[in-house]
Amino acid sequence: MDMTSTGAAGPKRRLKSVHRRKDGYKLLLAALPFVAIAFAFSYVPLFGWIYAFFNYHPGIPLAKTEFVGLAHFKDMFSDARMGPVLVNTLALSALSILTAPIPMLFAIMVSEVRSGWFKRLVQTVSTLPHYISWIIVYALAFSMFSTEGAVNTMLIKTGLGGTPVDVLGNYDRVWTVQTLLLLWKSVGWSAIIYLAAIVSIDGEQYDAAKVDGAGRRRTIWHITLPSIMPTFIVLLLLSISNLLSAGFEQYLVFSNVMVADRIEVLDLYVYRLGLVTGDYSYSTAVGMFKSVISIAMLFTVNLLSKKFRGQGIV
Amino acid sequence: MNTHTASRPAAAEKTAPRRKRRIDGKDLIFNAINYIVLSLLIVVTIYPFYYIFIYSISDSIEAQKGVTFWPAGFSLEAYRTTASLPGIIDAAVVTLSRTVIGTVITVFCCAFFAYLITKEELPFRKTIYRFVLITMYFNAGFIPWYLTMKTYGLQNNFLLYVLPSALVGFNVILIKTFIEQLPASLEESAKIDGAGYFRIFASVIFPLSMPIIATIAVFAAVGQWNTWFDNYFLVENPKLQTLQLVLYNFLNQSSNLSNMTTEQLNRGDLVRTLTPQSIRMTITMLVTLPIVLVYPLLQRYFVKGIMMGAVKG
Repeated sequence: MDMTSTGAAGPKRRLKSVHRRKDGYKLLLAALPFVAIAFAFSYVPLFGWIYAFFNYHPGIPLAKTEFVGLAHFKDMFSDARMGPVLVNTLALSALSILTAPIPMLFAIMVSEVRSGWFKRLVQTVSTLPHYISWIIVYALAFSMFSTEGAVNTMLIKTGLGGTPVDVLGNYDRVWTVQTLLLLWKSVGWSAIIYLAAIVSIDGEQYDAAKVDGAGRRRTIWHITLPSIMPTFIVLLLLSISNLLSAGFEQYLVFSNVMVADRIEVLDLYVYRLGLVTGDYSYSTAVGMFKSVISIAMLFTVNLLSKKFRGQGIV
Repeated sequence: MNTHTASRPAAAEKTAPRRKRRIDGKDLIFNAINYIVLSLLIVVTIYPFYYIFIYSISDSIEAQKGVTFWPAGFSLEAYRTTASLPGIIDAAVVTLSRTVIGTVITVFCCAFFAYLITKEELPFRKTIYRFVLITMYFNAGFIPWYLTMKTYGLQNNFLLYVLPSALVGFNVILIKTFIEQLPASLEESAKIDGAGYFRIFASVIFPLSMPIIATIAVFAAVGQWNTWFDNYFLVENPKLQTLQLVLYNFLNQSSNLSNMTTEQLNRGDLVRTLTPQSIRMTITMLVTLPIVLVYPLLQRYFVKGIMMGAVKG
């Protein structure tokens, strides 16, 4: 960076380096508060993992609680609730991975729109749900799908449905419903990255294909799709490494007596164990187990990606 | 772009506007399906927002019979009543404050820290940078987070809303990348004029980084407006509730607010002109409207932001 100083004369240079060191201390001093913030809010909580090895109860200092070693981790294997919770988590994650091609498809469709204003309209509208909270999504879903909601009203008015259906309280369909809600919220946003990839494809490829007589579907199949595949693979790998982190907020707000059993995902279970049941230590152990596996999966996926694609994903 | 010597017809085809293409049958069908599917998607996305809007301005009693495409009657009673609900003004003030203060804190911290990181004179530069960036990849988990915040005395404390999000690794990357591509000469000349680091940051770097700062500010503001889990888990003080949580509690009929309204309705205090459903729609509207209104204006910043992130990542 400082190329000019290399050519400077001796004494002047030393003066400069003294200056630089003084500047360095100043800068370090200025950076310290930020290091402290990162430490306080991201690193200090890690020390909380120690609760997983004790029988901690709020109010009693840790020093006076019993050290139990790995007992809480062993408990996980005999915890009857753990199985269903893992099934929920993996099923909901798997469903959202299955729907992963949809944003890609959507991006291709948008890119094939010729009219500029319509393209902008579709993009603007489809991204909107990304910016609202899950609570608002819940409010909207409730206004649509509750027994007095818009959908039931319409069905009854048009005579298509006799009895109102409670979509959000349907035990058998809850995974499908939640996956569709997630898709509704995220499809436009996830498509942006594919649209960027499509825009950067060299236009001459399309021209050449056209000269060769390729129609629209063939150019999509042979040019667009292969060009955005790498993006798709990276995102897919990332979502696989996130397998255990099925959205906490979504399932918390959509949880109700009827469906709670089937959408209690790992994060939600950790919260319930901790704050509702009050079993801090066991909750921490389960959370820690989840964090460690997630990080391990991220590294594994990254490593595999490096090995087979020549580049990592993080 | 390349200068090849093309025969006349080919050149004409190349320069002809794209919309003037040959239209064959297959293309037509493709287009039709494409437009229909995308239009349906627009409807599916917009309709819920439209529905709560027309419901909230409908006459409450009429609306109970069902609203579909047009408001049933017209009344702003729901808005008047919602505005007078106890706690709603407080919640609006809290939400606005956290949005403004939280955004200012995040923007300042991320930008100034990113600037410091671009200084080669900073000792342990790489280490400090990595120390902050790594925080993007791990998470201590729920209970450790909860207990730490409690230990810091952030329970029932407004600072809980704005402090933990002060430094965001991803934002730091974006700003740092941006500052690095600014011409170094600008900073040099300010330095020769005797300006210190902070002066240079405040009067040269920060203003020049406005494009990326604006993007991050928008991200942060929307994030602040939407965040509620901190409120949900750690703040019980009714004076510190956020709008999101007020809405959530109202939807779940679990708050004093909704019980009170329902009670009042049952007792007939609020004359029977208003249903809880109307109030629910109106609160939803109030929480959603700011996002919907500013969103189209901000969309381009968002898109720019994610593109930059994509290039980086």
